[in-house]
Amino acid sequence: MSNNILAIKNLTVSFDGFKALNNLNFTLETGELRVIIGPNGAGKTTFLDIITGKVKPTQGQVRFKGRNLRSFSEHQISRMGIGRKFQTPRVYLKLTPRENLELSCNRNKGVFSTFLGNPDPSERRTIAGLLETVGLTVKADIAAGLLSHGEKQRLEIGMLVAQSPDLLLVDEPVAGLTDEETENVGNLLLALAADHSIIVIEHDMEFVRQIARQVTVLHQGSVLCEGTMDEVQNDPKVIEVYLGQPEEQAA
Amino acid sequence: MTTQTKELISPVTQPTKRKSYWLEVAIVVGLALIVLLIIPPVLNSMGLGFRVNMLGRFMALAIVALGIDLIWGYTGLLSLGHGIFFALGGYAFAMYLELQLPDDQIPAFFGLYGVTDLPWLWRPFYSLPFTLGAIVLVPSIVAAVLGYLVFRNRIRGVYFAILTQAALIVFFNFFNGQQQLINGTNGLKTDTARIFGEFVSSPQIQSLFYSLTAVFLVLGYVLCRWLTSGRFGRLLVAIRDDESRVRFSGYDPTGFKVMVFAVSAGLAGIAGALYTVQSGIVSPRTMDIAFSIEMVIWVAVGGRATLIGAILGALLVNFAKSFLSEQFPDIWLFFQGALFLVVVTVLPGGIVGWIREDAREQLRQLFRIRPQIATYPSLEEDLDIRHEQQHISHQESDG
Repeated sequence: MSNNILAIKNLTVSFDGFKALNNLNFTLETGELRVIIGPNGAGKTTFLDIITGKVKPTQGQVRFKGRNLRSFSEHQISRMGIGRKFQTPRVYLKLTPRENLELSCNRNKGVFSTFLGNPDPSERRTIAGLLETVGLTVKADIAAGLLSHGEKQRLEIGMLVAQSPDLLLVDEPVAGLTDEETENVGNLLLALAADHSIIVIEHDMEFVRQIARQVTVLHQGSVLCEGTMDEVQNDPKVIEVYLGQPEEQAA
Repeated sequence: MTTQTKELISPVTQPTKRKSYWLEVAIVVGLALIVLLIIPPVLNSMGLGFRVNMLGRFMALAIVALGIDLIWGYTGLLSLGHGIFFALGGYAFAMYLELQLPDDQIPAFFGLYGVTDLPWLWRPFYSLPFTLGAIVLVPSIVAAVLGYLVFRNRIRGVYFAILTQAALIVFFNFFNGQQQLINGTNGLKTDTARIFGEFVSSPQIQSLFYSLTAVFLVLGYVLCRWLTSGRFGRLLVAIRDDESRVRFSGYDPTGFKVMVFAVSAGLAGIAGALYTVQSGIVSPRTMDIAFSIEMVIWVAVGGRATLIGAILGALLVNFAKSFLSEQFPDIWLFFQGALFLVVVTVLPGGIVGWIREDAREQLRQLFRIRPQIATYPSLEEDLDIRHEQQHISHQESDG
C-alpha cells in the first residue's frame, strides 16, 4: 500500500448534478509512467483538476503519499510535489524562457524570500541544464511569446521539471506538434520517467504506443479498463467505446 | 555546448546591460538635478513662480501614478480607489500641521462645532515621527487589510475595480460626515499653519516641499524599479498574465498581491501628504471618484508597466489639463476625454509603450523609408540561425 504515490478511492465529482467523475478508483505506484486515454468528455481533465486541487471532490478521497488532499489549496499541493502541465501550453508570454524557469525553480516560494533572494549559482546551473534539455538554450533570453507552439510545449515541460515534483501530470503534451517534435517530447518523458512518477493524458495513439507501459481507459467518469497497450486495444469494451457498436453485432 | 553558448552570448549581453544601467542612473540623476536646481530659478526669474508650485504638485501626483503602475501595470489589478490612500496621507500630514499651535489651543474649526477637547484621534499627531510614519503606514495597512480580504477570496478583474470604487465612496461619505472630528466637507487647511516657525505657504517652506517632492519621486522610482526588476517583479507579471498558472507553480498569489497593494498605497500616502502641503488644503474631494479614475488615465496615457511612462503621463496630462483649462475653461474636459480615447484606440501601449514598440517602424513608413529587413524576417531574426552563423565564424577564426 505504502508503495502507491497516488491513491484515489470512490471518487465522485458532480457539477450541478452532472457527474464528471463517477465512483472512480485509481492507484499509481511510485516511479510508474501511466497513460490515460478516453473519448471526449470521459473526465480526463477533471481528473487532473481534482488531483491538483482546482476542483474539490463531491465524494471520495484523493491521497498523495498517504495524505488526503481535500483540505489543501493549489499552491500547497504543488509544493507537496505535484506538477501539472496544461493542455494548451501555459507559459508566461511576456517573460523569457529563462525567467519562466527561474520562477518555477525558486525553492522558497514565500513573499519575502522571492522578494529578497536572487537565484543562486546552483539554481542558475540547474536552469542552464534544463534549457539545454528542452533545447531552448539559444532562445533563452527572448520573450516566450515569440516561441513556436512546440517550443512552448517543451518550455512548459521544463518548467514542470524545474519544480522538481515527485508526480508529473501531463495533459496532451503533443497536441499540435509535428512528428519529429512528438518523438522528442516522448523521449523527454521517457527520460523523466526514470526518476519521477508520471501520468500522461493523450489522444495520439502512436505517441501512446511509444511511451506507454500501463494504460488506463476512462469512460463516462469511471475507469473502463487497465492494462498494457495491446490488452487495452483488443478489449471489446474499449473498441465499443471508441468505435461504437460493431456492425455485425448490431445487425 | 552550454559553456560555448555562454562564451558567445554573455560578452555581448553583459556589458550592454551594465551600460544601460549606468545610462539610466545618469538620466535619472540628470533630470533630478534639472528639476531641483535649474527649473525653479529660471521660472522664478521669468515671473512664473506659480508654475514651480504647479510642477511640485504634479510631481506629487506622479508618485501616485508610480503606485498605480505597480498595481495595475505590473500586477494587473485595476484600483479605482487610490484616492483613499492619497487622502489618508494628506490628512495625516494636515493634522500634524494644524496642531502646530501655542500651548492649550486646538485648531480653530473645532470652535464651529462646539468641540473643546482635542479628540483622542488627534493626540498622536503632535509627534512628527509618528506623523511621518502614519503618512506611509496608515494607507499601507488599510490597503493590506482590504487587499487581504479581497484577494484571499480570489476576487479579481472588474469585481476588484468595483470593490475599490465602492470602498472609495464609503471613505468619502465617512470623511464628509465627520465635521466634529476632521471638519467634514471643508477639509483641513495647511496654508496658515506653521512648520519650523514659518508659515507653510511661505516661499522658503514651499521650495523645501518642492525639493522634497522631487527627491521622493526619484526614491519612488528607484523603489519601483528595484521591485519590478528582480524575480519579484517577474512574478507580478506572471500573476497579471496567468494567475492560476502561478498557483500551480507553487506560489500563493494572495501574499504578493497584498504586498504590492500596500506598497502602492504607501506611495499614494506620501504623494497625498506632499500634494496637500503644496496646494494648501486637504478635503474629502480628493476622494472624488473622478480623481481616482484620472490617476488611472495618467498611467494609461504614459504607458502601463513602464514606470517612466507613469511619471510622464501624470506630468503631461496635468499640465495639459491646466493649460487647456486656462485657455478654454468651458471645454477642456472634452480634451481630456478625447485624449483618453486617442490613447485607447491609437496608442494602446501609451506613449512610452509606443516609443518602445512601434514608433521606429511607423515613422519609417510615414517617411517612406524602406524597412531594414531585406530577406525573410524569420531567417534574419531566427536566433538558432544566427547562433550557427556565429558558431561557424568562431570556428573559422579559431582554425
